Amino acid sequence: MKNVLLPRSLCELWRYWEDEPAATVYAGGTDLLVKMRRGTINASSLICLERIEELQGVEEEGDFIRIGACATHAHLLESSLVQKHLPSLARALEVLGSPPIRNMGTIGGNICTASPAGDTLPPLYALDAEVELCQRDGVRRLTVKDFLVGPGQTRLDQGEVLTAIWVPKADEYNLQHYEKVGQRNALAISIVSLASLVCLSSAGLVEKVRLAWGGVGPTIVTCPEAEKALVGKRLTLKTLQQAAVLVRQTVSPISDLRADAAYRRALAGNLLLRLLELSR
Amino acid sequence: MVSFVLNGKEVEVDTPPDRRVVDLLREDLGLTGTKEGCGAGECGACTILVDGVSRLSCLMLAAQLEGRQVTTIEGLRGGREAGLHPVQEAMVDCGAVQCGFCSPGMALSAVHLLKRNPDPSRTEIREGMSGNLCRCTGYVKIVDAVEAAARKMRSKPAGTAAGDTAP
Repeated sequence: MKNVLLPRSLCELWRYWEDEPAATVYAGGTDLLVKMRRGTINASSLICLERIEELQGVEEEGDFIRIGACATHAHLLESSLVQKHLPSLARALEVLGSPPIRNMGTIGGNICTASPAGDTLPPLYALDAEVELCQRDGVRRLTVKDFLVGPGQTRLDQGEVLTAIWVPKADEYNLQHYEKVGQRNALAISIVSLASLVCLSSAGLVEKVRLAWGGVGPTIVTCPEAEKALVGKRLTLKTLQQAAVLVRQTVSPISDLRADAAYRRALAGNLLLRLLELSR
Repeated sequence: MVSFVLNGKEVEVDTPPDRRVVDLLREDLGLTGTKEGCGAGECGACTILVDGVSRLSCLMLAAQLEGRQVTTIEGLRGGREAGLHPVQEAMVDCGAVQCGFCSPGMALSAVHLLKRNPDPSRTEIREGMSGNLCRCTGYVKIVDAVEAAARKMRSKPAGTAAGDTAP
């Protein structure tokens, strides 16, 4: 039998952790409990973060939206701040898992699970989001990009917990999209996904663009060359196809049970072409 | 000891804190209406309502129920004596059941969906029910049933489903 502790505040968390330093921490449980059942993770005791007050909620903090790490995906979808300022993240949350998974899973959990196919990660990458990491005696902030090291690997230290995600408001981007390709519409792990943020001038020229792919590398992949190729241009089929070539050169997908590498490489470029119809 | 409200009644259960909720309900409390399909959050057969929100009992541990309101299929509309919930009635009327294994989870997901959106389009129903797999019906009659239940629940004044333990 494993002990399961449910701290209600960070203060309580630190206390519990002192008593059970080897405890495994979880939030929604949609990933950890599957792995425990499969036997790939062996936890001696568990600390569930879902009741910690400080880890809830969405707030506006100047130019940032601060998201509590234990906010569920469903909660974020209902947030007018997320819908208004972070539409690419909202599009990703809409296609993450299924309704009950979105009612349980949290954004902090999605980040700490660090799957290359995690649905919130490409938008958070493209948005230059930062994670707030808390230890008993201090807080630090890292970009999501620096935080994610590889599949299932992050820079979270022992005794440290992800408390919030700081996302700069993305109001300057008038075209925001997230698209994933999976084997079915719901409950699908992304084969390839793309978050796109484009700032188009009134004349229809790309002023700024941020692109981030999931499922085509050990972590989220960006392609500054493709972004550079699009700046100053109109989003025509030709420009997008040229950028797609650069994308296919950049990504380093693997073959697995969902798709093979060649398909993923082709798809990573093709997803960019969606911007054509979206910009019309 | 874990204390929570189960289908409208306060219960105190002596259980290991790491017992999966689906096992607690089925094996220890005899509520076998909750089904286990995949055990990994993919099929929705084990859906229950926790504080009125659909959650998967295969991915929750008993300790997490402390202080919560839990509704299983047995508790919809106050249980068998009080008659069926409109969603259950509509599932019967529309023939939205074949083998029945997914039905409890489907019904509870529909209850949660209709609470949030009393007048969903067919697309919204498909999205709202997308966490529940059915291997028999092809889903058309399930969508029909949720649509019919929505109509019925809208046309009846609030409180008709009194005894419904779903908050």
